[in-house]
Amino acid sequence: MQWSEFFTSSVGKKFVMGLTGLFLIAFLVVHVGINACIFADLPIFNENDNGAMFNKAAHFMGSTVLIRIMEIGLFIGFIIHIVQGYVLEVRNRASRGIGYEVKMGNKGSKWYSRSMGLLGTIILLFLVLHLGHFWVKARFTHEIMPVTYNGVEMHDMFMEMQMVFMEPWVVVVYVLGCFSLAYHLAHGFQSAFKTIGVHNKKYSLMITSLGYGFAILVPLVFALMPIAMYFQWVK
Amino acid sequence: MINSKIPAGPLENKWTDFKGHCKLVNPANKRKLEVIIVGTGLAGASAAASLGELGYKVKAFCFQDSPRRAHSIAAQGGINAAKNYQNDGDSVFRLFYDTIKGGDYRAREANVHRLAEVSTNIIDQCVAQGVPFAREYGGLLSNRSFGGTQVQRTFYAAGQTGQQLLIGAYQALERQVALGNVTMYSRHEMQDVVLIDGKARGIIARNLVTGELERYFGHAVLLCSGGYGNVFYLSTMGMGSNVTAAWKAHKKGAFFGNPCFTQIHPTCIPVSGDHQSKLTLMSESLRNDGRIWVPKKQGDDRKPNEIPEDERDYYLERRYPAFGNLVPRDVASRAAKERCDAGYGVGTSKQAVYLDYDDAFKRYGEIEVKKRNLDNISAEEIIRLGKEVVKEKYGNLFNMYEKITGENPYEVPMRIYPAVHYTMGGLWVDYELMTTVPGLYALGEANFSDHGANRLGASALMQGLADGYFVIPYTIGNYLADEIRTHSIPTDHPAFVEAEKEVANRINQLMNIKGKQTVESFHKRLGKIMWDKCGMARNAQGLQEAIGSIQALKKEFWSDVRIPGSVKEMNPELDKASRVADFLELGELMCIDALNRNESCGGHFREESQTEEGEAKRDDANFAYVSAWEYKGEHDWQLHKEVLDFEVAKPSQRSYK
Amino acid sequence: MEHGTINLTLKVWKQQNSQEKGRFETYPVKGISQEMSFLEMFDVLNEQLIRDGKEPIAFDHDCREGICGMCSMYIDGKPHGPWNANTVCQLHMRAYKDGDTIVVEPWRANAFPVIKDLMVDRSAFDRIIQAGGYISVNTGNAVDANSLPVEKKNADSAFAAAACIGCGACVAACKNSSAMLFLSAKVSHLALLPQGEPERRTRVLNMVAQMDKEGFGACTNTGACEAVCPKEISISNIARLNAEYISAGLVSEG
Repeated sequence: MQWSEFFTSSVGKKFVMGLTGLFLIAFLVVHVGINACIFADLPIFNENDNGAMFNKAAHFMGSTVLIRIMEIGLFIGFIIHIVQGYVLEVRNRASRGIGYEVKMGNKGSKWYSRSMGLLGTIILLFLVLHLGHFWVKARFTHEIMPVTYNGVEMHDMFMEMQMVFMEPWVVVVYVLGCFSLAYHLAHGFQSAFKTIGVHNKKYSLMITSLGYGFAILVPLVFALMPIAMYFQWVK
Repeated sequence: MINSKIPAGPLENKWTDFKGHCKLVNPANKRKLEVIIVGTGLAGASAAASLGELGYKVKAFCFQDSPRRAHSIAAQGGINAAKNYQNDGDSVFRLFYDTIKGGDYRAREANVHRLAEVSTNIIDQCVAQGVPFAREYGGLLSNRSFGGTQVQRTFYAAGQTGQQLLIGAYQALERQVALGNVTMYSRHEMQDVVLIDGKARGIIARNLVTGELERYFGHAVLLCSGGYGNVFYLSTMGMGSNVTAAWKAHKKGAFFGNPCFTQIHPTCIPVSGDHQSKLTLMSESLRNDGRIWVPKKQGDDRKPNEIPEDERDYYLERRYPAFGNLVPRDVASRAAKERCDAGYGVGTSKQAVYLDYDDAFKRYGEIEVKKRNLDNISAEEIIRLGKEVVKEKYGNLFNMYEKITGENPYEVPMRIYPAVHYTMGGLWVDYELMTTVPGLYALGEANFSDHGANRLGASALMQGLADGYFVIPYTIGNYLADEIRTHSIPTDHPAFVEAEKEVANRINQLMNIKGKQTVESFHKRLGKIMWDKCGMARNAQGLQEAIGSIQALKKEFWSDVRIPGSVKEMNPELDKASRVADFLELGELMCIDALNRNESCGGHFREESQTEEGEAKRDDANFAYVSAWEYKGEHDWQLHKEVLDFEVAKPSQRSYK
Repeated sequence: MEHGTINLTLKVWKQQNSQEKGRFETYPVKGISQEMSFLEMFDVLNEQLIRDGKEPIAFDHDCREGICGMCSMYIDGKPHGPWNANTVCQLHMRAYKDGDTIVVEPWRANAFPVIKDLMVDRSAFDRIIQAGGYISVNTGNAVDANSLPVEKKNADSAFAAAACIGCGACVAACKNSSAMLFLSAKVSHLALLPQGEPERRTRVLNMVAQMDKEGFGACTNTGACEAVCPKEISISNIARLNAEYISAGLVSEG
């Protein structure tokens, strides 16, 4: 079989969706891990951290060549996942010309399983906003205040977050984005494994449970960031 | 005179000798020979696949939307084969003998022996195709026992054996379609056979989607169109199952063999009301483990669980201790009818008996306890374990029963009653499966050949596949070898034009009646006449009355039936009307045949011919023949007799006591 | 079991043929015994329509015992109606109560065009099987049946997958009109058996290619197919199909 045949078939396309999905899930782990450094400032850890731990981690990510190269990969992953997602969505929708009078609704499937396109679109819109808030400023326009630790100057991303999350509407949008992400993951996590061919019942039960856990935990931690900033739990 | 073309020589060598000497067609010539196959059940699909593999150009037709829907799919219990995997004394001879005896000595020895011989190849072939038969833990095939035998020779796939075998044959057929050897015509119904110079040379088919009539040429025509049980209206057949293909062939000169031989299956779900459109079979395999009983008291209205053990009459075990609940179908059916007629029936209609699994639950439960080395097990726990085992064996059947009746058969005994299930009669064929029309063959249930007056359980699947996979590929060569000089005849030949015109006229005639009564109502009335007068018990007076009633009903049909819609469109009512019109003619012939056969044999029970104990009494001196009826004109048939010689299996009183 | 008599309103899709546009028609049906099957209720209605000189409703059906796979009605938003693990022909009127309105539609998918009323053309399924849903063994080629032992677990799983009746409810239920459950049932059935081994790779590649060609959508694992399957074919078969496809597509040469 030719590569082109494989990747243009419905199963091949889904395989790409699944793989890029899992790749993005892996990215989420890194992202949430680094951003969770802001909570180092919580009184129970170190009230005087003031974002230092987070800023250093962010600096490491931004200044390490290998990671910058991986960032390109990440973007490619995002783009493939998004474009392929829309291609599939359009084709899938087109496979039923005349719809049903009485919709099947939740008889047999979850609403979020059927709404991956919608949830993905919300996440995409959120992503554009999010990149504008942080990534563009950090990488290109450098509109971020500097801070110096041990003689090394770096962006004060912590302060930037505090500024961005002063706006209540931004906090609301971010929380909504996290909700979309949660439901997107609730289906996507286990679906990705099925799509890449994991069919052993022993594992699929484990993956499903893990998927739900992941879908709740990761977006929750993300959502807590703007909230914590807004209510100044960390400062 | 009819010639059954049975090869000479000892019974066990006949088939081998035939294969060794029959004519062959070389591969280059096979490509030029076209074969039409009508019907794609087990016989049709297996024949189409096998002939396609050999290189013949095959055209296959079915009225359903796909060949996979043929009613062979509904066969539940299993398929027999003389493999003797169980080491319990089975052999080709035993299978042959059981089948002849089970058929009450009204089948042709040579055909039955051939069937038994090829039975083993069928299992091999199906397993190779990927048919998922039930297996033991060691990975080898599992067997169960069936009615009328004392060995375990039935291979099965849960309660879906027919489905799995048909899907196997269907896949083989679709493979040939993909290879270009078979052209498949779905939603097409054969309307007539085309004869040229006395030979079958094609068919007229109606495209059921467009309503157009279409002509197809073939050097030979194979009818694999199944049985005609739907003449009774209520039967276990599919709603579309019909006699039309066979009947048209009959009217074009093919003799009809033993039309009155009908199998009434003992374990079906009873009729619930007038609305009933079909009856559902509960596999005979259920009689392996279930026990059949009625209350000892007439008109006992207590719930089954309230009737104590000593007030139950396990009438099959009482009357037939040797075979018990596993007596052949005809015997079990008549025994049920006898009890119900005598006032011991159960359920609201009183036309039912109980099929009880209590003992099986206990027995299997106890076996499980031993298997799993369990201690201190309560009686309820044993029953629960037993139910699990039964569920694995028969779960789908139990579910089916619950869906239809709304009762849980794990808690309440099932109610069952006999229903029309299979027709042993069919187009008369010789040893080579050719009808009396040269080049016209009949395979599977559509022919009369192998089951005599009663078919044993799990033998229908065997016969359908034997005919299609292993018989016709040899016998058809014997005919086609002489046809290699016949070029494809263009379908504008006058015989095709004429045949199509006749079909069109008949359809227009039907459409133009524009009467008041629906097709369905005529079918129901025909069914009632047949069931009452030509059903489980028949007598001369009733049959004569039935003949009169059917003739009158036919007249009424042709003057008062109402068919909506038009010809040139999808019109299921027209399809149905055309089939019912043929059933009306067949019903008459069945009654004539039943009247002629003044003996009881197998499923044919003449009240005039019974022993003092009410068992069927055969009359070998006068009726050891196959009735082959020749169509002469409306209401007019001539009887030809094919005398049956029993060289090996000498007829004896069939006893299951 | 107590059964009563009920009156209903039916709203049914009527369409003369594949070219013409269809519409819903409303029919009152009276005096329906709850012991009837759903299709028998349709029989009663059709008889009435014919007597009244109207067009009966065309629908596919044959065995009426849940095995042939011919019946295909989308009833009140669910293929084969409200009961689980059930075909339309096995649905009985016990499921309804007096005064109910029932909406009946044909399977909807571009790959299943409507032929008339509630009848659709499912020949796409036949073509998918033609693409490789078989084991290439000519009649007479077989070895003794017991020469190939099959692990019971695999044999049972193969049987469970082979139980598919090809009705198309999975396609009708799927928001993407995907035929993956049907396809995966056949691929699993044959891939789980040693007999299916030689064609294992080409089979799955060709069958998927044919499915795509027929215009079915891709699978997004929503699970709707499994929920409506009359034979309870497991969606894990789809994951197995994916595995088969990926290994065949990425490993096979040429």
